[in-house]
Amino acid sequence: MTEVTPDKESRGGEPPPSSPPPASPPDNGWRKEYWSRNLRLMVILLAIWFIVSFGFGILLVEPLNEIVIAGFPLGFWFAQQGSIYVFVILILVYAKMMDRLDSQFGVGEQETEGAAK
Amino acid sequence: MSQIQTWTLIFIGASFGVYLYIAWRSRVKETAGFYVAGQGIPTVANGAAVAADWMSAASFISMAGLIAFLGSDGTIYLMGWTGGYVLLALLIAPYLRKWGKFTVPEFVGDRYSETVRTVAAVAAIVISFTYVVGQMRGGGIVFSRFLGLDVTGGVIVAAVIIGLYAVLGGMKGITWTQVAQYTVLIVAYLIPAVAVAQQMTGIPVPQVSFGQILDELNTISVQMGLNQYTEAFAARPQIDVFLVTMSLMIGTAGLPHVIVRFYTTKSVRGARYSAFWALFFIALLYTTAPAVGAFTKLNLLQGVNGVSADALPSWVNNWAATGLVTVGDGVTTINSVSNSPTSGADLIVNNDILVLASPEIAGLPAPIVGLVAAGGMAAAMSTAAGLLLVISSSFSHDLYFRRIKRDSTDKQRLLAGRIAMGLAVLVSIYAGINPPAFVAQVVAFAFGLAAASFFPVIVLGIFWKRCNATGAAAGMITGMLFTASYMIYTLQVFGTEANPHILDISPEGIGTIGAIVNFVVTIVVSKMTAPPPAEISEMVENIRYPSERRAVPAGNVTDAA
Repeated sequence: MTEVTPDKESRGGEPPPSSPPPASPPDNGWRKEYWSRNLRLMVILLAIWFIVSFGFGILLVEPLNEIVIAGFPLGFWFAQQGSIYVFVILILVYAKMMDRLDSQFGVGEQETEGAAK
Repeated sequence: MSQIQTWTLIFIGASFGVYLYIAWRSRVKETAGFYVAGQGIPTVANGAAVAADWMSAASFISMAGLIAFLGSDGTIYLMGWTGGYVLLALLIAPYLRKWGKFTVPEFVGDRYSETVRTVAAVAAIVISFTYVVGQMRGGGIVFSRFLGLDVTGGVIVAAVIIGLYAVLGGMKGITWTQVAQYTVLIVAYLIPAVAVAQQMTGIPVPQVSFGQILDELNTISVQMGLNQYTEAFAARPQIDVFLVTMSLMIGTAGLPHVIVRFYTTKSVRGARYSAFWALFFIALLYTTAPAVGAFTKLNLLQGVNGVSADALPSWVNNWAATGLVTVGDGVTTINSVSNSPTSGADLIVNNDILVLASPEIAGLPAPIVGLVAAGGMAAAMSTAAGLLLVISSSFSHDLYFRRIKRDSTDKQRLLAGRIAMGLAVLVSIYAGINPPAFVAQVVAFAFGLAAASFFPVIVLGIFWKRCNATGAAAGMITGMLFTASYMIYTLQVFGTEANPHILDISPEGIGTIGAIVNFVVTIVVSKMTAPPPAEISEMVENIRYPSERRAVPAGNVTDAA
């Protein structure tokens, strides 16, 4: 944890009003980048999560029910089946994308590395 | 003893034998093994254990029946109880695993303060305990129907067995037992569902083929005095469907016994994949449940429509003995069906029997009926065991060790945990035999409280470094008080009057608003008070990255721009 020591000192007893640690030490740049990519991925996946479940399954269920496929009114299908399939896929995509991000940034765990080599 | 009873005994006996054997084989003595299974559970197995832990008697026994009577609005359970895993996987599991210790209140305590930890420990115990009572009751119902015991006997047998292996084995034993229980419960759920789908549509994939019967189901439902099956918002207003679904989702992501499961994996990466496997295994049951609901309801309605009261199918008489199926007084022919005892319909069918009775209603052979009973028991037992562990660890770790005896040894803490577990079993036997009049409401209570207490402070704790202890304590307390007040206002609990819903918001859905209140209060109060100390920022910073950075090949990473 050596890289955070200067940070601690500079903040002293009276930290800046709103933004936490100012002037990150130089090697913290990768951390920012990693975190913001993680957040971006998260926001995109959560948007899909919301649209499929609350959007198609609840808010738009009535208009979608006008379309019937294989006996299923579409809104009803999203509410009772489709959204669940999408949830499973979303988590898998998240885990896979994070694996890639971890190895790009060299923060993957030993077992990942072992498997990759 | 009837054929059904014999087969039930065989299946339940054999599966219990397997669970006890596994628990005995993996019994442990050290604290880490007891609470987090030495953090060495393989990802897929951990996923199956989460699934078994999560899917309780409510999922297995009640849900398909509820959906059968709610129709399209059954989505509140389907999406609500699965969508929460997306939140859990993306917002909570990997970070808490990185920080990784024993309990959820512990994270809250380290991130904020000892006071917040105590509030969280009490909330975790209350939430988990209300759940355990439901499981004991569920186990009792299965026994009373199939083994001819009374409910009291059923509850005691279930409690003794659950208590025995939970106390002996701890998390390691529970994890492997839960893997076995998942296998039993999913097989028990899928076999009858596939058989019924094949019988009714010729396609043995229930998820796909139940579309074919929806038209027919709509028509006969209306004939029998019920709503069109696929019509949305027939059972609840749209705003309420939205809020209840959201509340169940964030409640799921805030439930301590689910979160603690992600401490048992080998790594952060393992926690992410565990969440995937967990939801995958859960989805096998949750996508089948609406099919089971639809098939069973159509079978049920067709089987009794216009039939005279003395010529009803045999399942009606089998279940009439439990009081969960009743034929109206002086009814000669069945022309209407309902799940509500006050509806005055000719035949009243309780939601809870549909899954257990589904093979009987479809006329499947006795061994399948026995298998379903064993599955229901597996669901009830696995969840109860996981909950008992949360009670035990929250008590020994967050209350006994932190508040009562700071210099306690590992051994003493383990003993305190086991005593807490034993006490919880005793109290839940009592409460399972004499359930409070509002068991269904109590579940809503637990979810609403989890949503309004844990979820916001955990998520803010990870994603907002500026969040401080004062804010979190204020947020949790206002969130919980707000949610509990509305529930007490709208429900008949502890002798209070039930008042009408405000703005169509049901007590099950209020957790969503409670969570928003918690978020807002936490943010505002944090902003008004001093930021947390530097060590806390550092801790939050550290849980965001799976491991220490190692040298990476040059050019692989863009350096700070």
